[in-house]
Amino acid sequence: MYFLIFFSMPFPIFFSLLAAPRPHNPPAHPPQRGTPLGARRKRAPGPPRGHTRVPSPPFPSLPFPSPPEPSRAEPCRGQVARAAAAARGRAAQGRSRSASSAAASASSAAAWQRGGGGQAPAVATQSRAEPSRAEPGRASSGRRPPAPVAMSGAAPGAPKPLPSSGPKSLREMPHPLATSSSEEMGPALSPSPDLLLPRGIADKDLSLPNGTPVDTSSPASSSSLLNRLQLDDDLDGETRDLFVTVDDPKKHVCTMETYITYRVTTKTTRAEFDLPEYSVRRRYQDFDWLRNKLEESQPTHLIPPLPEKFVVKGVVDRFSEEFVETRRKALDKFLKRITDHPVLSFNEHFNVFLTAKDLNAYKKQGMALLSKMGESVKYVTGGYKLRSRPLEFAAIGEYLDTFSLKLGTIDRIAQRIIKEQLEYLVELREYGPVYSTWGGLEVELSEPLEGVSACIGNCCTALEELSEDMTEDFLPVLREYILYSESMKNVLKRRDQVQAEYEAKLEAVALKKEDRPKVPTDVEKCQDRVECFNADLKADMERWQNNKRQDFRQLLMGMADKNIQYYEKCLTAWESIIPLLQDKPETK
Amino acid sequence: KRKINFWMKNVSKKMEITVSEAEKRTGRNAMNMQETYTAYLIETRAVESQNEGQCSPVDSLWRRYSEFELLRNYLLVTYPHIVVPPLPEKRADFVWHKLSADNMDPDFVERRRIGLENFLLRVASHPVLCQDKIFYSFLTQEGGWKEMVNETGFQLKADSRLKALNATFRVKNPDKRFTELKHYSDELQSVISHLLRVRARVADRLYGVYKVHGNYGRVFSEWSAIEKEMGDGLQSAGHHMDVYAASIDDILEEEEHYADQLKEYLFYAEALRAVCRKHELMQYDLEMAAQDLTSKKQQCEELATGTMRTFSLKGMTSKLFGQETPEQREAKIKILEEQIQEGEEQLKSKNLEGRDFVKSAWADIERFKEQKNRDLKEALISYAVMQISMCKKGIQVWTNAKECFSKM
Repeated sequence: MYFLIFFSMPFPIFFSLLAAPRPHNPPAHPPQRGTPLGARRKRAPGPPRGHTRVPSPPFPSLPFPSPPEPSRAEPCRGQVARAAAAARGRAAQGRSRSASSAAASASSAAAWQRGGGGQAPAVATQSRAEPSRAEPGRASSGRRPPAPVAMSGAAPGAPKPLPSSGPKSLREMPHPLATSSSEEMGPALSPSPDLLLPRGIADKDLSLPNGTPVDTSSPASSSSLLNRLQLDDDLDGETRDLFVTVDDPKKHVCTMETYITYRVTTKTTRAEFDLPEYSVRRRYQDFDWLRNKLEESQPTHLIPPLPEKFVVKGVVDRFSEEFVETRRKALDKFLKRITDHPVLSFNEHFNVFLTAKDLNAYKKQGMALLSKMGESVKYVTGGYKLRSRPLEFAAIGEYLDTFSLKLGTIDRIAQRIIKEQLEYLVELREYGPVYSTWGGLEVELSEPLEGVSACIGNCCTALEELSEDMTEDFLPVLREYILYSESMKNVLKRRDQVQAEYEAKLEAVALKKEDRPKVPTDVEKCQDRVECFNADLKADMERWQNNKRQDFRQLLMGMADKNIQYYEKCLTAWESIIPLLQDKPETK
Repeated sequence: KRKINFWMKNVSKKMEITVSEAEKRTGRNAMNMQETYTAYLIETRAVESQNEGQCSPVDSLWRRYSEFELLRNYLLVTYPHIVVPPLPEKRADFVWHKLSADNMDPDFVERRRIGLENFLLRVASHPVLCQDKIFYSFLTQEGGWKEMVNETGFQLKADSRLKALNATFRVKNPDKRFTELKHYSDELQSVISHLLRVRARVADRLYGVYKVHGNYGRVFSEWSAIEKEMGDGLQSAGHHMDVYAASIDDILEEEEHYADQLKEYLFYAEALRAVCRKHELMQYDLEMAAQDLTSKKQQCEELATGTMRTFSLKGMTSKLFGQETPEQREAKIKILEEQIQEGEEQLKSKNLEGRDFVKSAWADIERFKEQKNRDLKEALISYAVMQISMCKKGIQVWTNAKECFSKM
C-alpha cells in the first residue's frame, strides 16, 4: 500500500513529511491479505480506483534473503507489480517484521535464563534485523513489562522503514479500526480516542508494527508523528495491545480419557475483543484445531508450528512434569507468534480461541462461520503444473531444504552429546564413592579423600542439571524449527499451485487470440491471488528470518550459558577443596 | 626432568641421577631368538657439594627393563624388612581406549621412562637402600653387572612361594600389627585398582563428550554458508567448538600422570604386603623351631626316664621288637642333647632376628607411611588443580562461543 501512497502523492508533500531526506525505498512488503478487522476481511473487489492496472511482469529474480540493508523492511525496488497489488489497498497491519520475534525470543530467553520456570511476560519487542547493527546500544534482550511509551525519537541515524506517510495528509488516512469496508482509500475516519495508536508502516493506515493504530485525531506535527512512527522496533512492547500467555497445566480425569488443559490468558485493548481480559482453558486438541483453521483461512501465510501431536506411549510419559512443561512452553510460543503476526493475530478463529467459553460449540458452527466470513480464499489445488518457480521462491525453497537439513544434524549432535554426558555421569557416579571408600581406610588422608569424593558428587549434580536443561529447552526449539520449515515448504508448494493455475489460465486466454480489451476477470482474479500470495509470503518470510535469527541467537547463547554455568559449578567445587587438601593435620 | 641430588653414603658423594632417554633395540635373547626391546639411558653425575654450577662429566649407561627387575628382586631378597619401591608396570594396564596397550607405543615408553627414573630416585633417597653396592654398580658399571648380582647368590635366599603361603595359614601367634598392616595393604590394593579402572572409564566417556562437540564445528560452518547475518557468528562459534573438542587430548594426557602416581602406590601396597609376609614367614619359622625344640626335649626326657608319655613309633617298635640296650639309649640321648643345645641357640638367634626384623621393619613402615601421605596429598592437590584448569578452559571456550552467538 505504500506504493499507492507513493505514486499518488506529490513528491514535495511526501518529502515534507519526513524528518530528514532519505532514500525512499518502498516498504518492506505490500499489505497482506487477511486484514484484522471483520470488515476489512472482504477482499478488494478489483484494482484501486484511479490506478491503471499494470499487468504483472514475470517475477524478476531477486536475491534472497533480501540484501541486508538497514531498511530491511523495504521490498525490492521497482516492483511495479507489487505496487499494483499493494494498491489494491488491503489494510496492512504493520510491517511484516519481527513481530513474533519479541515474544518468541522473550519466552525462550526466559526459559533459558530462568531455568524454565514461569513465563516471561509476553512483551513484544519489535527487534529489527538490520538496524540493530546501526544501533548497537540497544538491548534487545532484557524485556520489560509494558512501560509507558517513551515517545522520544528512535536512535538517530539509522534509516528506518518508511512510515506510512502517503499521498494524503495524515488526517485523511482511514483509521485501521474503521469498520467501513474501506480497504481501498476511503474517507478518513476519526479514530476512537481510547485506542492506542497502531504502529507500523502499513499501507494507508498508520499503524506501528505491532498493529497499534496511530492516533490521527490530534493534529500531529509531522515530526512528532514521525517520531512516534519511527519508534516501532524501539519500544519494548509499550504499545502492544495484545498479550497472550499459556500456563497452569492441569490434569483432567474423565471416564473416557485423561488429558491436560492449559490456561490461556489474554490481555488486550483491541476493539475486536469485548473484554480487556480473558482466561480460558484449552487442551492440545484445541490448539490443533486453531492451527488447522489458521491454515485454512490464511493459506498465504506461514503458520507457526505446534509441538508434535503424537507421543509414543510407553516411551514418553504424557503426564510427566517435564513433558507437560516442554509442551506448555511450545504452546505458549505458538500463541505468541500468532499474537505478534500483524495479520494472523486479527484472525477471527484466533479471537474465538482466546475468548470463547465453549470452544466446542464454536467448532461445530465452523462451516457456517466460514462462509459468513467470506473466506472464499480456498486455494483449490487444481493439479496445475508449475513450469518453474521464480528464482526468489526457489531460493527460499532451497534455503529451507538446507536449513532443515542442518537443523536435523544439529538435533542429532545435541542428542548424542546428551547421551555421552549421561554415560559419563554413570561412570562419575561410581568414581566418586571409591574415593570415599579409600578415605575409610586411611587416617591422615581420610579428609582429603572424602573431600574429593564430595567434590565429584557436586560435579555429578551439575552435569545432571546441564543434561536436563539441554533436553528440555534446547532440543524442543530445534524440533520446532524443523516443523516450521516443513510447513513453510508446503506453503511454498501452495504458492506454486496458485501461480501455475494463473499461468495456465493466462495461456489459455492467450491462445484464444481474441481481441479483448482487457483480461478476463477470472484470470485477473488468479493474478490477484498470485500477487497476494507472493506478497504475503515474502513478508512472512522476512519476518520469519528475523525471528529465526533472534530465536537461534537466544537458543545458542542459552546453550553456551548453561555450559558456562556447569563449568562454574564444577570450578567452585574443586577450588573449595584445595584448602582442605593443603591443610596440615594436627600433629599427634 | 627431575634431577635430585642424592647422598650416596658408601661412595661419599652426591649424585645426580636421570633416566634421560629411551631407545628401541634389537638383539638376541637367551634362546638366541631375535627380539625387540627398549633400552633406557641412565645418566649419573657426581655433584661437588658447593658448586652446583660446576659440571662434572656425565656417566651414562644403557639398561633394559629386565635389568631393573633383576635389581629390584635382589633388593627385595636382601632387604626383606624394607618396603622396596616398585617398578612402573610391565604391561600397560588400566588403559582407556585411546591409550595403547602396546609396550612399544611411544607414549607408554615415555611414561615408563619417567617411572624408571622415579624408581631410581626412590631407591637413591632411601636411607638404607642407597648404600647398597649392587645399586651403585647398577648406576655406574655397564658391563658385568648381571654376573655380579647373580654371584651374590640372592636367589637362593629367596623364600619359596609355597613356603610363604604355608606360613600365612599356619602361624599361631601372628603379630597383630602386621596382620592389620597386611589387611590394610590388601584393601589399599583393591581400592586403588578399582579407582584406576573407573578412572579409565571416566576418561573414555569424557573423551567422547568433548569429541562429539567437534561435530558442531562442522555443521555450524555448513549452516553459516546459507545465512547472511547469522553466518559470521555461527562460523566463529564453530571454530570454538573445534577448539573445545581438541582440548581434551591435553587434559587427559595430564591426567595420565595422576594415574601413574596412583599406580605407584598400588604397587607399593604389594611391597608392603611382602614385608608382612616376610614377618609371617619368620614367625612361622620361629614357631616351627620352637615346636621342634620342645618335641626333642620331650623325647630326651622320655628316653632318660624310660617313660613314654607320648605315643611314638620308636616306642612302639621297641616294645614290639625289644628294648634298646642302655648304650644305645645313652647314645641317643647324647645326640638329642646336642641337637637341643643347637636348637636353643638357633631359637635364640631366630628370636633375636625376629625382634630386629620387627624393629627395622616398623621403622621403615613408619617412614613409608609418612612418604605415602605426603605423596598422595600432593597427587590429590595436583588432580584438583588439573580439574580447575579444565573447568577454566571450558568456561573460556563457551564464553567465546557465547560471544560469537551474540553477534548472530
